[in-house]
Amino acid sequence: MIRVVLPAHLQTLAAIQGEVTLDVKGKLTIQTLLDALEMKYPMLRGTIREHVTLKRRPFLRYFACQEDFSLESPDTSLPDAVAFGKEPFLVVGSVAGG
Amino acid sequence: MSKVRVLVGTKKGAFILTSDALRKQWKVDGPHFAGWEIYHLKGSPIDPQRIYVSQTSGWFGQIIQRSDDGGKSWHQPGTPSGKTATTPEGRTLGESNKFVYDTAKKTGRALTTHQWYDGTQHPWEFKRIWHLEPSLTDPDLVYAGAEDAALFVSKDGGKNWKELSGLRGHKSGKEWMPGAGGMGLHTILLDPKNPNRMFIAISAAGAFRTDDAGKTWMPINRGLKSQFMPDPEAQVGHCVHRIAFHPSKPDVLYMQKHWDVMRSDNGGESWHEISGNLPTDFGFPIEVHAHDPKTVYVVPIKSDSEHFPPEGKLRVYRSKTGGNEWEALTKGLPQKDCYVNILRDASSVDTLDDCGIYFGTTGGQVYVSPNGGDSWETIVHDLPAVLSVEAQVFK
Repeated sequence: MIRVVLPAHLQTLAAIQGEVTLDVKGKLTIQTLLDALEMKYPMLRGTIREHVTLKRRPFLRYFACQEDFSLESPDTSLPDAVAFGKEPFLVVGSVAGG
Repeated sequence: MSKVRVLVGTKKGAFILTSDALRKQWKVDGPHFAGWEIYHLKGSPIDPQRIYVSQTSGWFGQIIQRSDDGGKSWHQPGTPSGKTATTPEGRTLGESNKFVYDTAKKTGRALTTHQWYDGTQHPWEFKRIWHLEPSLTDPDLVYAGAEDAALFVSKDGGKNWKELSGLRGHKSGKEWMPGAGGMGLHTILLDPKNPNRMFIAISAAGAFRTDDAGKTWMPINRGLKSQFMPDPEAQVGHCVHRIAFHPSKPDVLYMQKHWDVMRSDNGGESWHEISGNLPTDFGFPIEVHAHDPKTVYVVPIKSDSEHFPPEGKLRVYRSKTGGNEWEALTKGLPQKDCYVNILRDASSVDTLDDCGIYFGTTGGQVYVSPNGGDSWETIVHDLPAVLSVEAQVFK
């Protein structure tokens, strides 16, 4: 199972605590992971990616295995460690303020 | 016995203040949606237990929440919590957060860009819902005013939203320009005598009216003068901060403009100034007494660069003559060292026999006058900055 960690506000919206686990069929990419996440938790649609363009919302970042995937193409494959559930995929809210 | 519920949207959550009809003892409930900007909450006029909420965030975008039990519990309409959810046709639910501008060929020709600060054309970009206006007759019908300025409607209790694109499609749409606070559609007035008539206001495009339930719109800004524009009397471009009317006289409109307090006696066909003896005619909210269509309230603010009361004295001004002659209402309000602002959606009136007036400040205070403005009391002192206030009366 694929593990996803969401920001606290999105956990509240989705009525979950802690990590989310997902089953993604086929190739694991940023897009297929987020598609599966939004299918399981439809209230998150629009909160991570824009509704129409499916672009990442500007103040969110994607991290996995100590790498920043935020600027990668949605078709980018994610590491095997994420695919096998050894490492989580992190959706992180950027820090604001001083 | 009637009760009062005051719905307060703040920069960091929503609060619900309740009292009996005396409006002396208040219960404060919240924060709901802690940490989120709550631009507006409003209850259905015919089902006060039905409350719609605009919950927004620079990080996570727009969420619509709904309560069917007066704010005890909330849900995103059409989105079961924590479960996979599709319709029998296979469409994924969770559309209540989806506000998409109409780009259809038939209507989309004039809808692609608007004027930017530098005069160039800029794409329309959805940012948030500023205002929710439930129907006067159907609890499942609700209108939403957006930034960038557009009007959306839901006919299924907030599950799905569709743009009434005739507004942006008006030929002046390309000339609309954001004010310093963005280009928000912040006021929606539903005419109780004519279900096809609505008024809306946009900063900084002006006021508009429809007489065919939102299909087509006309600017209603004749008589407004805005010195920041090359043509101060142009058809559009005015920074209208708020409009209000009394339900029994929907043709008499009151307006707090960026500068100037204005009145129209003909449904917006023309306006004349009623600032009279106000200490300053800059401000944001404007309200009409629930039982007297000629009694109007404003909160003068020093200027567009000094968003606080003149002389540090928080004064509501009341006119009992439909404007021009104003009296300061000060009893119970701070009269020294007060430098808060009162935003455009942060005031309301209730419909009890002795009309209650409410407003909230950027300093987090919510004030009530249970006697039409004669005296004021603080309901709560230290909320986050208040964005919106709506009063409801219920049994």
